[in-house]
Amino acid sequence: MPAPTQLFFPLIRNCELSRIYGTACYCHHKHLCCSPTYIPQNRLRYTPHPAYATFCRPRENWWQYTQGRRYASTPQKFYLTPPQVNSILKANEYSFKVPEFDGKNVSSILGFDSNQLPANAPIEDRRSAATCLQTRGMLLGVFDGHAGCACSQAVSERLFYYIAVSLLPHETLLEIENAVESGRALLPILQWHKHPNDYFSKEASKLYFNSLRTYWQELIDLNTGESADIDVKEALINAFKRLDNDISLEAQVGDPNSFLNYLVLRVAFSGATACVAHVDGVDLHVANTGDSRAMLGVQEEDGSWSAVTLSNDHNAQNERELERLKLEHPKNEAKSVVKQDRLLGLLMPFRAFGDVKFKWSIDLQKRVIESGPDQLNDNEYTKFIPPNYHTPPYLTAEPEVTYHRLRPQDKFLVLATDGLWETMHRQDVVRIVGEYLTGMHQQQPIAVGGYKVTLGQMHGLLTERRAKMSSVFEDQNAATHLIRHAVGNNEFGAVDHERLSKMLSLPEELARMYRDDITIIVVQFNSHVVGAYQNQEQ
Amino acid sequence: MLYRLLSIVQRQRTSPGWQTWSSTRSSTSATESHSVTLPAQAYVVICGGGILGTSVAYHLSKMGWQDIVLLEQGRLAAGSTRFCAGILSTARHSSIEQKMADYSNKLYCHLEQETGIQTGYLRTGSISLAQTQDRLISLKRINSRLNVVGIPSEIISPKKVAELHPFLNVHDLVGALHVPEDAVVSSPDVALALASAASQNGVQIYDRTSVLHVLIKKGQVTGVETDKGQIECQYFVNCAGQWAYELGLSNEEPVSIPLHACEHFYLLTRPWETPLQSNTPTIVDADGRIYIRNWQGGILSGGFEKNPKPIFTEGKNQLEIQNLREDWDHFEPLLSSLLRRMPVLETLEILKLVNCPETFTPDMKCIMGESPVVQGYFVLAGMNSAGLSLGGGAGKFLAEWMVYGYPTENVWELDLQRFGALQSSRTFLRHRVMEVMPLMYDLKVPRWDFQTGRQLRTSPLYDRLDAQGARWMEKHGFERPKYFVPPNKDLLALEQSKTFYKPDWFDIVESEVKCCKEAVCVIDMSSFTKFEITSTGDQALESLQYLFSNDLDVPVGHIVHTGMLNECGGYENDCSIARLNKRSFFMISPTDQQVHCWAWLNKYMPKDSSLLLEDVTWKYTALNLIGPRAVDVLSELSYAPMTPDHFPTLFCKEMSVGYANGIRVMSMTHTGEPGFMLYIPIEYALHVYNEVMSVGQKYGIRNAGYYALRSLRIEKFFAFWGQDLNTLTTPLECGGESRVKLEKGIDFIGRNALLQQKQNGVYKRLAMFILDDHDTDLDLWPWWGEPIYRNGKYAGKTTSSAYSYTLDRHVCLGYVHNFSEDNGEEQVVTADFINRGEYEIDIAGHRFQAKAKLYPVTSFFTHKRRKDDVELSDFHGK
Repeated sequence: MPAPTQLFFPLIRNCELSRIYGTACYCHHKHLCCSPTYIPQNRLRYTPHPAYATFCRPRENWWQYTQGRRYASTPQKFYLTPPQVNSILKANEYSFKVPEFDGKNVSSILGFDSNQLPANAPIEDRRSAATCLQTRGMLLGVFDGHAGCACSQAVSERLFYYIAVSLLPHETLLEIENAVESGRALLPILQWHKHPNDYFSKEASKLYFNSLRTYWQELIDLNTGESADIDVKEALINAFKRLDNDISLEAQVGDPNSFLNYLVLRVAFSGATACVAHVDGVDLHVANTGDSRAMLGVQEEDGSWSAVTLSNDHNAQNERELERLKLEHPKNEAKSVVKQDRLLGLLMPFRAFGDVKFKWSIDLQKRVIESGPDQLNDNEYTKFIPPNYHTPPYLTAEPEVTYHRLRPQDKFLVLATDGLWETMHRQDVVRIVGEYLTGMHQQQPIAVGGYKVTLGQMHGLLTERRAKMSSVFEDQNAATHLIRHAVGNNEFGAVDHERLSKMLSLPEELARMYRDDITIIVVQFNSHVVGAYQNQEQ
Repeated sequence: MLYRLLSIVQRQRTSPGWQTWSSTRSSTSATESHSVTLPAQAYVVICGGGILGTSVAYHLSKMGWQDIVLLEQGRLAAGSTRFCAGILSTARHSSIEQKMADYSNKLYCHLEQETGIQTGYLRTGSISLAQTQDRLISLKRINSRLNVVGIPSEIISPKKVAELHPFLNVHDLVGALHVPEDAVVSSPDVALALASAASQNGVQIYDRTSVLHVLIKKGQVTGVETDKGQIECQYFVNCAGQWAYELGLSNEEPVSIPLHACEHFYLLTRPWETPLQSNTPTIVDADGRIYIRNWQGGILSGGFEKNPKPIFTEGKNQLEIQNLREDWDHFEPLLSSLLRRMPVLETLEILKLVNCPETFTPDMKCIMGESPVVQGYFVLAGMNSAGLSLGGGAGKFLAEWMVYGYPTENVWELDLQRFGALQSSRTFLRHRVMEVMPLMYDLKVPRWDFQTGRQLRTSPLYDRLDAQGARWMEKHGFERPKYFVPPNKDLLALEQSKTFYKPDWFDIVESEVKCCKEAVCVIDMSSFTKFEITSTGDQALESLQYLFSNDLDVPVGHIVHTGMLNECGGYENDCSIARLNKRSFFMISPTDQQVHCWAWLNKYMPKDSSLLLEDVTWKYTALNLIGPRAVDVLSELSYAPMTPDHFPTLFCKEMSVGYANGIRVMSMTHTGEPGFMLYIPIEYALHVYNEVMSVGQKYGIRNAGYYALRSLRIEKFFAFWGQDLNTLTTPLECGGESRVKLEKGIDFIGRNALLQQKQNGVYKRLAMFILDDHDTDLDLWPWWGEPIYRNGKYAGKTTSSAYSYTLDRHVCLGYVHNFSEDNGEEQVVTADFINRGEYEIDIAGHRFQAKAKLYPVTSFFTHKRRKDDVELSDFHGK
């Protein structure tokens, strides 16, 4: 620890403590919160534990920052210029336009815009989008990781394959299996739509493939031959559960390759929520695990926008989830299973991938950690067993699946991690996207009529309207537009450049205190196609 | 009728509020209009009861014409006139508009006295603000011109502005122009007053009567078809404002009146608690794109935004003008600008945002005059939102035009015949007015070119020249090269190149001029108007002898420079005519003469089937080979002797150039330099151009543009029609005696006037001025319209100017008058008078000494200079 840092110790400590206590002050670290009794304070102060590496970056940076703040630039204001703001906001944006005719059917999806804005470094959110090639439909999902990004990364790579395989008919599975067996070229299953920053882990690819293959082999074996219609809902649930199971198994079994061995353990010990939409014609399924959310933007006949929620948050705000948890565990645990709105007083989402600490027995945890690599052993977080841990598993990855039949007035679907939903009301989200997509020309013109309006008031109103308009023109991507509002909105609901600039220029360490990672996918539907489907069936 | 009209006015006066306008009006006329029947015939029918229609009626009746009927589709003064902001401003860029506004001002001032109808005329003065030095230069130029015509005005400091207007933020100003006699007036009241006065003089006014179309027989107006019946008439005046375009097209023989409407917004506020003094001056903040005037104790403020909204492109505008919507979002930039200028307005309450469409024309100048295709069909419309300011003067000029056959001022720049059918595409108009409307308040710099509606007419060589760096300007829809930017050289961006000082192309044009002087240049001059007149017998010669002042009975192959004069001896056109053979003539006129000259010839030539007039403009590409080596290039390409013995100047021969045959080669260049014009049938154009360029290479040939041509012709004192010559200048006034053959034995048009003038002497004289103490790099450049001072006294204005690279001086052309010391009357100008004066040219308030010349400067010191310039490098081949 460099000596000068000590000078700022009180500052650091305050900040640090506030993060840890979570309840004390404004803290966004909601997914995971450790009770301080289990961590000796002196250790925390002097040796940042690897487990907190994701919370607090090396102190040197932090120190530089405080120094900079305190001595160099207090009177000055560093504002990002609008182009700088744009380059930050647009760094991760991605748009995909579905070809009008994809060879099989006219798609009910026009395309989608996605984007993410990191608060953690590295970002723990992930997103995926892919078109199913052997069945119809498109898959889109957002994944919010906690305690690191390993789990969300793995889920973002693997989940859609599990879903696609679950949806495949028996013959196709056989065909694929035969191809693998005989070393022939494989049928492509998914067409990914990825931003260049969205990566796939090369090292684990073989491992993941083997697990997937085992899954479809079991599906083939289970199938009795009669080609029953595949139920999408069931397929989604199976895929979620199977993947989580595989993650758990891989960690228990380990891998001879030490890198992979560490990786599968990291994946299992970290966690991720998932919110996945499957769109096939007018059939929209949303499978949700955790507290990300899917919101449908509906345009009413008068042109106004309303939001229809297609998923339920799995957290303490959901009565049914509380009920479920209490039912799944003995009565005497009723008070401890959810504490301070967290699972066992620690975890915010009540359903998640990974997080084996909330799933394995204590014995299993200890065994795996002891036999695991040293890095794992040094990790306070993994070693630490949740309090009141009596009847595991406490956590499941089983999704709640909702079905919605698309109507012509359903214009778009917003999938986003809780980073968005905690800053903006769903109604505002839908309105902003709706106005963005239809263009501002639908903005109601102003008329003075008989009202008493001064020139100054009118000017203020007009400037505000223009600011809205210009931020619309600035973005070519609905998700970017939404992030701009989420981060930069002032109390009047207009994008305030100053605020936007401040929020985006926060140092990595501070960013997480003011906002969470935000990941958004906005899927736009083709009302004409949806309408045509409807008429057809009538 | 008169009674009815006055009753309208009187009732209106009892409730002068804005809101009560329409209600009072509708109640009065609706009941009576049914009982009225139209007269079966009249002498003149005027369509349009706005300020222009009533002004024309007023002036026609004042000049003594009888039997005038004015028709209005709705109610009097209910169109744009009703919504007009009511600002009368004489601070205008063009001198003819300045004169019209000045006349209007005087007219409206006395109107109340004359008619007893309150017009709300109030002499408030106007202040035009300058936020930038360039704007101040522009205002100073206007100031110079206002002063010489006797309109008081002065350039004032921002501090003075603050004294004149209490609420103005003056911190960002560099100066302003104060015109104390400018006024505000209620324009509908002015229109009603004019109507009432006209009515007293016998004009019959019918409202709620729509003109459906004009009846035409043999190119002559015979009557008008209205929704209430027909009226036979000899003259029709289209003052239909934004409906003028549609009305023009409704005839069997369509009359093209290129104008288009744009939405225009202005704001009305409720009054201040302590109302603004009624004589608070009107503010024009052109850099802020707004105007502000005092209005019933509050303010009225509008502007000309950068992104106008054109409307009624499809023409469905019948009376929709009444319920156009306010668009606050569109008005926002102007509102911001207004609040920046007058921050105290923040707390003032809004009354209304008025949306009143204004019409604009393709060149921001109004349209007046007689149709080129229908005789007796007159037009006055397209006022570019200056209908009130110009209305009085415009009505007067048009009335003069109809009564005397020509107006008392040169109005060519407003003449309908400057446009043709080619400007009447709706798409063109829509795009062009979107550029014109913001231009109202844009800085007006010399040599501005419109950016929209371009590349309509082009020479077949356009792409070739463009690839070689040509920069283009447009005349009458035709693209003409200005100069050629050499490869690896960059010019400023369009906005940055706006300057009143030395332009960025100075060196480029210099090298082109030098090449014209020393080697050979080629200029594409295809835009020139070209007519062919042929006949079976001598009819062509006879009619041309009657129409033109010079003797055209010359041997075949000769070219004659001649004026086409009107009865007063003024130039209707200045052209070159080549006698192709005994019975056929080839006539070359300026580009913008295509419509006017055609109309003139058709009007005066006998209707004789054996006489054929053909517009061959499109058939020929014209290349001007200028320079001492042009002769070498041509002789090499034609294997024909081109020496002065075989091919004297002003000669025309049909010969082959390269492989192409039938090229009309003329030994003239329109500049006074040696060289040839090549009139090439268009299919040969590319071939001949390529041949000329490749053969010319060893003679140092290069492309040149009109800026080089302009510099060459002005330093040689070549006056151009449309700039230096116009319908009010005679050959005797501009050194064109040699182009007039008074004794050619035919009483040509204008001969009597010239004879008289020869006897009496001329009252003005075109002279050439060489600026002496003018620093080309640092001083403001002359443009045109700069006042000329002789011995410290105002003597006239310049008409064109250019930098002469040979003289290393600026050269201006301009007319010198001799205003009497006592009463300002014009006196005879003699050569002696010109020569014995000390001259100064006033450029934006700064006077530069100038030498006046009546004849081109002899090339004496030109030669000397060139001798000095000889360098060793000149011995190298190029």
